[in-house]
Formats: sequence, C-alpha cells, structure tokens
Amino acid sequence: MTETVAPVGTSAPPRIGTSVPRPDGVPKVRGRFAFGSDLWADDALFGRTVRSPHAAARIRSVDIGPALTVPGVYAVLVADDVPGESHYGLDRADQPVFASEVIRYQGEAVAAVAADHPETARRAAAAVEVDYDLLEPVVDAEAAVSAEPLHPFGNVFREMVIRHGDGQAHGEVVVEGIYEVGMQDQAFMGPESGMAIPTEDGGIDLFVSTQWLHSDRDQVAACLGLPLEKVRLTLAGVGGAFGAREDLSLHVHASLLALHTGRPVRMSYTRVESFVGHVHRHPARMHYRHEADRAGRLVRVDARLLFDGGAYQSSSAAVLGNASCFAAGPYLVPNAVIDGKVVRTNNPPCGAMRGFGAVQTGFAVEAQMDKLAAALDLDPVELRLRNALKPGDELLTGQVITGTAPVAEVIRACADHPLPPPAGEDVLDRPGGAGLTADPGDVRRGVGFAVGFKNLMFSEGFDDYSTASCRLENGVVTVKSACAEVGQGFVTLVRQIVHEVLGVDDVVLAPVDTDIGSAGSTSASRQTWMSGGAVQAACEAVKRRIDEGATGFIEEEVTFRHAATAPLDGDGQGDAHVSFAFAAHRAVVDVDPELGLVRVVDMTTAQDVGRVLNPLQVVGQIEGGTLQGVGLAVMEEMKLSGGQVLNPTFTDYLIPTALDAPEVRVAALIEEPEPGAPFGAKGVGEPPTLSSTPAVAAAIRAATGRELPRVPIRPEDICL
Amino acid sequence: MNLRYALLVNGAVHEVEDAWLGESLLNVLRDRLDLPGTKNACEEGECGSCSVKVDGTLVCSCLVLAASAVGSAVETVEAQEHDGALSAVQAAFVDEGAVQCGFCTPGLVMAVDDLLDRSPTPTDLEIREAISGNLCRCTGYGRVIAAIRVAARQRSDTGD
Repeated sequence: MTETVAPVGTSAPPRIGTSVPRPDGVPKVRGRFAFGSDLWADDALFGRTVRSPHAAARIRSVDIGPALTVPGVYAVLVADDVPGESHYGLDRADQPVFASEVIRYQGEAVAAVAADHPETARRAAAAVEVDYDLLEPVVDAEAAVSAEPLHPFGNVFREMVIRHGDGQAHGEVVVEGIYEVGMQDQAFMGPESGMAIPTEDGGIDLFVSTQWLHSDRDQVAACLGLPLEKVRLTLAGVGGAFGAREDLSLHVHASLLALHTGRPVRMSYTRVESFVGHVHRHPARMHYRHEADRAGRLVRVDARLLFDGGAYQSSSAAVLGNASCFAAGPYLVPNAVIDGKVVRTNNPPCGAMRGFGAVQTGFAVEAQMDKLAAALDLDPVELRLRNALKPGDELLTGQVITGTAPVAEVIRACADHPLPPPAGEDVLDRPGGAGLTADPGDVRRGVGFAVGFKNLMFSEGFDDYSTASCRLENGVVTVKSACAEVGQGFVTLVRQIVHEVLGVDDVVLAPVDTDIGSAGSTSASRQTWMSGGAVQAACEAVKRRIDEGATGFIEEEVTFRHAATAPLDGDGQGDAHVSFAFAAHRAVVDVDPELGLVRVVDMTTAQDVGRVLNPLQVVGQIEGGTLQGVGLAVMEEMKLSGGQVLNPTFTDYLIPTALDAPEVRVAALIEEPEPGAPFGAKGVGEPPTLSSTPAVAAAIRAATGRELPRVPIRPEDICL
Repeated sequence: MNLRYALLVNGAVHEVEDAWLGESLLNVLRDRLDLPGTKNACEEGECGSCSVKVDGTLVCSCLVLAASAVGSAVETVEAQEHDGALSAVQAAFVDEGAVQCGFCTPGLVMAVDDLLDRSPTPTDLEIREAISGNLCRCTGYGRVIAAIRVAARQRSDTGD
C-alpha cells in the first residue's frame, strides 16, 4: 500500500483520489487545535457531576447543604432544578437528567456542582449526601426479560423477528454453537468535555465534543424548557468518538449550571467518569444453528440473539435491528429464522459503537462458518466463496442487493495475499514480549479468516439527510455544514470536493454549529456519502449559477437525502437499507498455549470501498478499525460485577499499544463505484471492525484447537 | 495551601500565582500558563498524551507536581516548532496521515522527538517500544510508525 498512500503534500492540488493531508493536521501537531477540554473563558466555573456508586437503589434523600458550604461553590443542582423535560434519550426519553427516585446503574447522575476550581468542584461533589436504599441489581439479560420492570417503560427495548424463506427447509449438515461477546468500550482519548455560556436572551451557547449537534440540541432544549432558537450548539474539537458521543453526556448539566450561575461553565470528565459516562458496545449471547447441503451451500440459519442494553435505551433498538439483519453474514441464505431481544438491566447503558450490532453477530456467524467448513471438510475460504453474496441476491430481509457487493472479490484478494514470514528472533516478537515468559519451542502459529458486512447510513425508514451550504466570494469558497469532524477526515474531503466541482482551492470551513440544518450523525459510516453528497450538491448548485452568468457573491444551500428506506414488517422483511459494505480479514497469530499468551502478528485485509477518495485516510480508517477489532478479540472488556464496573481506567481496561499492534496490510481496496453514492464512494469506517475480531479468534482456534466461543479471548480461556 | 512560584517553560520564566500546591504540571501548563497543547486523556500516567520533557527527560506531566518542577527546564509541544516552521516530526505526522482526531498527537510528537534524540535511526521494534506508552485509538499506529520512519530519515539528512 505504500505506493497508493504516497502523500501528495500540502502544496499539491487537493484532487479526489489522492492522499491530500488533512487541513487540521498542522494545528493538531502544533498543539494549537482546540478540543472541548481546551475551551476557556475568563470567568468560567468548573462543573462536576455527582454520581451514584451503586447500580440499583432507591434514593431516600439528597442533601446538598454540605456541598453548598464549601467555599468557592456557586451552585449545586438536582432533579427539582430541571426546568423542562426531566428525561432525555436518543430514541426514547427514558433517562433522567438527574436521578431523583431510582438508581439504575453505577455512575448515574444525581446532582451537579459548579465551583471556581476543579478541585473545589470535586470536593463539593463528594460532599453531596445521598441516602440510598440498596436494591438487588438485575444484571443477567435473560433474567431481566421476566424480572419486575426496572423502569416504567419495561425491560425489553426491542424484539426482532426475521422469518425468511421456507421455515420447513433443512440441510443435511448441521452445526450449532453458543457465542458471547463481552462489553467493549470506545475508549476515545479526548474525554467528554465542553463549555456552556449563558446568553443575554436567557438562552445557552453550548460548545461540546459530539457526533450529532442537532440531536443534542433538541434534547438539551427540551430539558432546559427553552425554544430551539435559544439553544445554540457549536462543535468543540473532538478527541475521537466511535459511537460514544452519539448520546448526551454533560450537555444538560453544564447548561443548567451556566443558566443558574449566569457564568460560563466548563466540564471535562475524568477517565473513570468517561468509562461510566457514555454508552458501550452491547454484550451479547447468541445461539446459532447452521444447516447446509453436502456441496457446502447454506440452506438455513437459525439464530437467537440476546443483547444486554443496560439501564437506558439509547440506540439499542437500532443496534438489535442491525445485529438481526446481518446475523447470517455476507452469504446467500435462502431460509432463516432469527429471533432477537435487547433488554434493560442494571448494567451500564449500551448504545452505538463502530460496527453497531453487526460486530456481535459477525463474530458468531464467522465462527459458525468455520465449524461448518470443518464438518464439510472444506477449506474455510472455499466455503465462504461458495456462499458469498453478489448483486441481485436476496438478504435475510428479502431485500435484493441492487448496488455493488464484491464479496468474492474481497475474499479472494485477502486470501491470496502472501503470508507474513515466521517470527523473528527478538523477544518482543514472541507472545508475552519483554516479559520473557514464552519458550519459543512452545509457540504455535495459527491463521484465521473472516468476512463481514453491514449497512451504510441510517435504515428502517429513518428520514436521513444532511444540509450544507456553499458560498463563493472573491475566489474563496466557504462551506458550512453541521457534520461533526471526529477525526475521520471530513474536513479533508470538503477541500477535495470543492476542488473537484469548482476548481477552487481557497476553502474555508465555517464554524460547525446549529445555525444551519442538521447533517445527521457522524456514525453508520455515513458522512462521506451524506455530508459529502450535500457539499457536492451545494457546490454544483453554485457552479450552475456561474454557468448561468452569475457573478460576485453566490451562495447555495442544499439538503441531501439518500434513497428512502422502509421499516421492516412483522416478519422482518422489507427494503430497510440503502447500501452495504464488505470487508475480509486474515489474521496470523502466535500463541503460547501453556501460558495462554497471544501475539497477533499480522492482519491482512481487503475492503469494498466503492471508490477511494483519499487513500491515506482510507488506510487510516482500516488500520484503526482493524486494531479496535483486535482489541475486542484478545484484550478489551469492561469487567462487571453486580453492575459495578471493575476496570474503569487505562490501567485495567487495556487497549492495544504500538507493541500489541500487528502489521496491518491492505491487500486490496476493491473499487466498484456504488450507484447513488457521491463519487461512487462507500463509507469505510466500520467494515474493518466487523471481520478483524472473528479472524483473530479463528486464528487462535487454529493454533490451539480450542473452541473459544467468547471474545475477548483471555489467557485462561486458552491454557486452563 | 496556596503559593506563588516560577516555572521555566519553553525557555521563558512564567510566574504561577496563587496556585494550589496540589496542582499537577499538566493542570498548571493547561489552565494557568495558557499552554493547552499538552493533553489530558487519563491523568493517571497511562496514556502518554500529557508527555513533556523536564530537564530533557520525557515524563507524564499529570504525574509531576508543578511545584516540584521549580528550578527545572520544562519543554512542551508548543516549543517543537521553530519560528513557526514545523519540526521534522510534526511535518511527517501531517504528511504521512499519522493524525486523525489528534488528541494523542502532541504527546506522541514529544515521545518521538525524545526517541530520535536518543536513537537517530531506530529499528522497528525500538519505534514500537518508544511509543508504547502513548495510547492512540484512531490510527492503529500504522501511519504513526510510517511517519516516525520518515522523520528519522529527514532528521538524519538535515542533521536536525
């Protein structure tokens, strides 16, 4: 890949298809890029959240008196101080701004404090006296289904049913398995942070690190009891997101404190708070049964999925929808029976994380494909090729793939790539590294293969759109969009699109705020298509005006929509999705089976990208997404006991370091332009997370002969 | 207990007034000296995003009490550029795609500068070892390592 990602430097024209460097790269390397935690105002106070240490409790009383006596404290607010809606939520308003009666998870907010120094705020928060009557937490998803309701809305967020094809069809070769995925955290580097500033008209200006400004604004305004026009959100620099910033965090708390004190309020979560202050990837338990004929063609897939949504709903319903729709993997499955549930427990709330439901079922279904290959005595790659989806095929939902689906192509490109050389002599090449624990004679190499797919953009009839404006004045183009740049490189793409359409390289990106219509969420691999499409359309509208003879100041605003989708019917059938993206990974691991140590040596991948708009940024997404999948395979899990998070720090929740990271080799970027997609490009952020985890698990199975039905795979799973 | 002291940061003396003695060097740099380039991802010495040099030694500034740095020379990411021109490490990070969200970037820039001072032509394993205390969640480290190789070549070419 070194050739295709060759940087073009800042002086070259920012052409589509070249490795244009990101315009915010320079301020970022200089330390001059303002993240949410860098915001500052002369008279700003510091906000701090008071959180429940318990996962399940009734609140007998909250006494803010002792906190108010701490010198330097300006406000202590509780549920009674919320002037508007008492609850909020991405999908359904089921989460209180401040808990006043019931605690449903450890870390739930009870009060918020504003003080003149962060340390004063911390001490004051500790001085708030909450009297809890402890309850037995419901932490088992199966038990939650029939347990007493933990919330007036009940314990089941969504049930999914997919009935596809002939329910009586059966195959001769049958494999079954029960699989589990632990709770993964997005673990972005920049903590939740922002600053709320009261405005003269009684409104609020909120600068915050987020993925979706307008969804935030609507929820904040409702809770503050303010009309939308009095609540203005501006994107503060975002230190990574991966789904965890799709929900509100400190937004309402900081705004309330600012309104109450009449002063700007800064808030920034500590790392421990961040671990309990945002949603996580749903833990899942999945029972699968695959049936195939003797020739290795899939006849039927049955799956029962149980996802733990934690205390509040967030995007659980859509996560389960995805998990179910893509439950059989990127294969042609004529008959399927899928039953899914996502439930409320007293565990930490779960919601969006890169891959969004398709990660969990992707892990299970790929393990099943390997089992089936073994039962058929077929090569696992060959089995996948025999069943690979192609254009014109029907999905489990009855939807026919009308766009591109180069599944066989990604499989072949990845599988045909040369294997890496044997391990070197350096101790750091061995499992366990500098710990010097692994005896080279014991180390076994394993190779595993997996394929994954999911939808791009929002599905199931959601009105998904993005608004952008383009202004040409004195040879300078100003683009405005509320698309949240979270690190993915949309800011680079804007320059490339303006160059392509208007031939102008002097481009200003206006502040990203709610003064323009929504760009939707930076999630679901959707912004290249949606906000890229909106910017392209706005630039083309300006170009038409020029072609018609307009001169001077020209401005056009456009709202861009993808082709409409439909809700699923009672059998889970319907054209619910717009487009799909596919990826394959081959993992090579070295394992010391006696010690249970794993070193992931190499991850080779091929991905369906539609068209490469910026090779450097595409490879960056693939390398980063692949490593998050490796993390889920062998390292990352939020450990829970009775609803308590046991490892809410980077000391105990381990994400891969540069020494853990394998070489990621991109065997091929398959470019088949997607009809309807701006420039033919598909989103590239999520697919790498779908197939990397199951490929690593398969490689460890190959090295050890163990079944390993759960990720992350821990040393004790291998050696005990 | 509050007091006043002076810190030597990036070659200039900064008076720190009325500071609480418990403040970390990270907090003082960011909140009192207007040097927010040093980042605060974990504040417990695990992530490396707050890396600075104290008397030439790379440290996590979140683990150093600011008052204990009195009499030492502190160097932050803000001093990496020279007269507004990016250092070889900074330029390589931009060109090679080593920056995504950028939150870990200032700490990585400091760690790589320190590595290349110690070992101008590092091996692959030396590079990985040197940045293993700097967590990055976006890049998977691939482009970061590519940038470090480029920066090493650039620095040895120019004798920087």
